[in-house]
Amino acid sequence: MNRATMVDYQAMRPMLELSVREVFQIMLGCKIEAAAETTEAEKFDFTSMVGLAGQLTGVITLRCSTEAAAKMASMMLGTKVGEGDQQLWDATGEICNMVAGNFKNKLSGVRDGCMLSVPTVITGDDYTFHSLADGGELEIHLLFENMAIVVALQLND
Amino acid sequence: MPMKNVRALIVDDSSVMRKVVERSLRQAGIDLSEVREAANGAEALAAMQAAPSDLVLCDVNMPVMDGMEFVKQLKGVENGKAAAVVMITTEGSESHVVRALSHGARGYIRKPFTPDQVKEHIVPLLEGKP
Repeated sequence: MNRATMVDYQAMRPMLELSVREVFQIMLGCKIEAAAETTEAEKFDFTSMVGLAGQLTGVITLRCSTEAAAKMASMMLGTKVGEGDQQLWDATGEICNMVAGNFKNKLSGVRDGCMLSVPTVITGDDYTFHSLADGGELEIHLLFENMAIVVALQLND
Repeated sequence: MPMKNVRALIVDDSSVMRKVVERSLRQAGIDLSEVREAANGAEALAAMQAAPSDLVLCDVNMPVMDGMEFVKQLKGVENGKAAAVVMITTEGSESHVVRALSHGARGYIRKPFTPDQVKEHIVPLLEGKP
């Protein structure tokens, strides 16, 4: 068995997807839809990351466009947030944090033994993401208000 | 503690979450006479040393000083002794809940949360019910 298949991502997929759906439904009051894989033309300017440490180690990321980040912040706050506003980082970081927390709380036996880092948000799209997690990756492509978002989970074996 | 004129302190490193928590308190029908904000436990301790709050809503994972340490140190602050402290956090483990309660928190709400959950956890505290 190669290393990338040691982590059972297929078993985790429904829980990660449910975690994302719940956060968007409860905190933003919206439903999100499954989407086909995004094309290279899609421009994701916001990457929010939360690290997992302990029984589960790795990183959860949420990638989206500036427009989607502004919409998320606006829906969370109940007021319009502009695309240059600092609250965009804050909102996307917090959403990623809640997705990570909700996900680990759903994993049987993991809740007590896994800690989360405070969120980090990268803006801009001219970078390459290299995670040291060596257990492969699970990517979920979704549509938020008709805008593409990607939630990814990368774990160590 | 009556549900009117409640003085609240909201502690979270996310300014967006602080606003979301405040809105949820208002949606829960809690009449807030004052809302103060702090971005971490150290700022919250300083705020409580300066003036009392009736209700403190506190995140756990924060830079500088986390929520657990804040609750622990709040016991030594005169203005903090009567405050109802409720943790609001993504850290949903039983051990976190037990630790927070043993340090003096009166309740624990997991993110993501609805205004109804905020109401269910906080209104009884403000009405003096256990």
